[in-house]
Amino acid sequence: MLFAPELLLLTGSLVLFCLTLGEGKGKVAKNVALVLAIASSILSLATLRLEGNLFFDAYRIDLFSQVFKFAMSVGLVAVLVLGSELKGVDDDVQPEYYLFMILSMLGLVMLVSSVELLTLFIALELSSYSLYLMVPMRSDHKGLRVQMEAGIKYILFGALATATMLYGMSFIFGLTGTTYLNALVPKLHGIASSPTAMLAIALFMTGFFYKLAVFPFHFWVPDVYQGASNATTAFIASIPKLGAVALLIRITTLIAPHAGETVVTMLMILAVCSMFYGNLSALVQKDVKRMLGFSGISHAGFVLLGLLTLDATGFATSMYYIAGYLFMNLACFVVICKVSRDGENVLVDDLSGLYKRAPLLALTLLVGMMALAGIPPFVGFMGKFMLLTGALKAGHLTLVILAALNTAIAIYYYLSVVRVAFCSSPEERPDVRIDFMTRFVSIALIVVIIVMGVAPKQILEIATSAVRTIL
Amino acid sequence: MDFLIMNEGFPLLSTLIFLPLAGAFILLFLPGENVQRIWTMLVTTITAVISFPLYSGFDSTTAKYQFGEHMSWIPALNINYTLGIDGISLLLVLLTTFIMPLCVLGSWTYIQKRVKEFMVCLLIMETAMLGVFMALDFVLFYILWEAMLIPMYLLIGVWGGPRKIYASIKFFLYTLAGSVMLLVAIIALYLQTGTFSIPLMMGQGYSTTFQIWVFLAFFLAFAIKVPMFPFHTWLPAAHVEAPTAGSVILASILLKMGTYGFLRFCLPITPLATLNLGPYILWMSVAAILYGGFTALAQSDMKKLIAYSSVGHMGFVTLGIFFLNRHGVEGAILQMINHGVTTGALFLCVGMMYERTHSRELKDHSGIAQNLPIFVSFLTIFSLSSLAFPATNSFVGEFMVLAGAFSVNKIIAGAAIPGAILAAAYMMRLLQYVLFKGPGRPDIADLNLREIVTLTPLLFFVFWIGLAPEPFLSVMHTSVDSLLEQVNMAKAAHLALNMVP
Repeated sequence: MLFAPELLLLTGSLVLFCLTLGEGKGKVAKNVALVLAIASSILSLATLRLEGNLFFDAYRIDLFSQVFKFAMSVGLVAVLVLGSELKGVDDDVQPEYYLFMILSMLGLVMLVSSVELLTLFIALELSSYSLYLMVPMRSDHKGLRVQMEAGIKYILFGALATATMLYGMSFIFGLTGTTYLNALVPKLHGIASSPTAMLAIALFMTGFFYKLAVFPFHFWVPDVYQGASNATTAFIASIPKLGAVALLIRITTLIAPHAGETVVTMLMILAVCSMFYGNLSALVQKDVKRMLGFSGISHAGFVLLGLLTLDATGFATSMYYIAGYLFMNLACFVVICKVSRDGENVLVDDLSGLYKRAPLLALTLLVGMMALAGIPPFVGFMGKFMLLTGALKAGHLTLVILAALNTAIAIYYYLSVVRVAFCSSPEERPDVRIDFMTRFVSIALIVVIIVMGVAPKQILEIATSAVRTIL
Repeated sequence: MDFLIMNEGFPLLSTLIFLPLAGAFILLFLPGENVQRIWTMLVTTITAVISFPLYSGFDSTTAKYQFGEHMSWIPALNINYTLGIDGISLLLVLLTTFIMPLCVLGSWTYIQKRVKEFMVCLLIMETAMLGVFMALDFVLFYILWEAMLIPMYLLIGVWGGPRKIYASIKFFLYTLAGSVMLLVAIIALYLQTGTFSIPLMMGQGYSTTFQIWVFLAFFLAFAIKVPMFPFHTWLPAAHVEAPTAGSVILASILLKMGTYGFLRFCLPITPLATLNLGPYILWMSVAAILYGGFTALAQSDMKKLIAYSSVGHMGFVTLGIFFLNRHGVEGAILQMINHGVTTGALFLCVGMMYERTHSRELKDHSGIAQNLPIFVSFLTIFSLSSLAFPATNSFVGEFMVLAGAFSVNKIIAGAAIPGAILAAAYMMRLLQYVLFKGPGRPDIADLNLREIVTLTPLLFFVFWIGLAPEPFLSVMHTSVDSLLEQVNMAKAAHLALNMVP
């Protein structure tokens, strides 16, 4: 039972593998994947309160890991529904596409449970390599081969980040002689402020900075977001980030109370750079996905605000924020995937008059964008508010003021998308038709974004107790 | 919780907040434009009617917050759902519930496309606005304060005039940029006191430097909302492009939130900073009065004229507040209500003409007195009220503000006097065009019954406040006295602290 979600995904990927052997089973593969995602959310919910170790203590099931598994599975359901027609991927590779998506999901699910360096590395690579393959699978109507460029960039930067991370791991092993996180903690505490340990932790983190797209590990973001098909981007932009935050929290807890100023300073600098870089670059974007990519960089900076407080509340806030980010981001991607007619990229201008063409999608876009911008009563506001409170409590006044300024900068580009959708006329653009499932997912996302923003009490309590299980 | 008189039994304030929201939700499923209009009218009217017990049940002998409600919301951060009203917010709550049905009536035929969405926005606005005036928890306040941006943005951006995109974006960005530092200040206050409760933040001995920083953050947010010169540039754009109901809400209620913020937060939470920086703000108010007056004098667009006149009128309000005496503050609060009634009425008048002539230019309405006697009678009375003609409401408010001003600082008070003359000049210019000049417009019809019904209640209040302001003033005496007491006590405590060798 402990291993149920993983087993399910593993069996599922075998089934999908068999499907890839035949031809033209795109629809079947999609349904299998959807069933898997739904079942995996139910299973992770059922195993929420279980605890236990597996595989010689290299793999740990606890509230922390199961919460993340649940959030990721729910996200996967939404991704599968919003990309249901998979307009951007050729029919003959669709079963493979779903196979890799489930494999990547399996990697992420394993990642949040790994408490041993090598297990962790394998899980991360399983998820990354499947993603690397999903990017170039976009169908190439125009012959520009942007998806190939995106794929190459993704894999090269990814390999670089992985190498740095491995280098950091080797330092950690060299310093402590163990690869188990539990055993690492006491050994690292003694030497936490030594330069080597700092370097080791910093290098170790880069792998996850890369996944989360923190400056300066963000270089893949704009091109991959733009080059990958809409549904792929929706996946890349949301679910792996949850895994990255989970692991960053784990790594930070390794050194949490004793970490010298150095790690905090490093996180602060990265946070400020990410926020400014992301927001300022997003201001001039015309492609909605690219814009969301840059906005994602700035949100990654915000998440770091919770990490650098180095206390349980801060970590819990980061969890809350990234979970909220998952839903806000997916709300925007629902609109992108549905507005795009044959899987092409959506420019900001393509959203013109959306409130006449598809009122529900326009509302989803409004809620998603405003939530990302941090306008109450949505989850984005509550998350930002609590992150700022935590950071100010930890005494980082300058950082908080800079972050607040960033909120003001960011509003402009989110608002310009909303403006196009609500204030301009549709001209010649056709109405957008949405099916029942999309309608359901849109409404569900709106409700979740509002409820999480208005009533964060329960979610925060769960997140806090989840964080306490790993401290 | 000794600052709050809990409400036993029916939770009136929560009902007022959530009734429009529930109405908006039901409205989503109602078919037919007329049904939607009638439903919105019904919801806003019921809200207005059930808000009357607030006045009749109000205990004007205590400065505590009344009709209080308190619920734990986010215990991890000590955030609570706390509501309550005192003599300062009571009239503003009533003004809000009273103006909203008139907004619905005023946009009955003005809004022809997407009626349902328009009415939903109006109702959500009402919820947020009422909440802002009732909230006694800073996070609750901030959430509602910001939540107002989206429906207001849509009101201007979707149903606005030709330059609606520019105006709505400017409105949104200006207001949001101003409020960002407010959030930081709120968090800083929380870290000092450990609570987000507004009354508990008052009267704490923060250091003067801390108070000045917090005050500046408050001031930026509220001065933009008022708007004070030189932060006013979003206002004419937003007013001109907004649909009638949007302009009325902006002028009557949204602007009041800035001055309400000064009274509720700046004075009691940061009294030392208020005393230190007050004189500068007084001069800024004088600048706003004169600037607003002169600019209004040069406008040919009626909405712009009224918008700039708002800058001047709100200058009188901030002037009254920062003189920190009873006459000044009470005059300022009364003037907030007056401005809501009068300017709201003027915007409704302009909207009614715009429906007929599709123009807001003065010269397109020259001499319409010959053809539209009823309309022009209304317009004349509201214009006279706007220039503070004796026996109208604004006279009482402005008189009290100036009386308070002269008792403290004759130079500043004297500098504000030309503002009153300018007000007469620009309103007279408007009346001159409409009444006397030009050939008239035989092609347009006079007001119909619905429009007369919309304007009559406002007319009634113009004279009621003008002739017998006591019922309005009596509810605020105790609260204003206690507010000024707080400022003086902080001053005394600070002086005493400095006397210690």
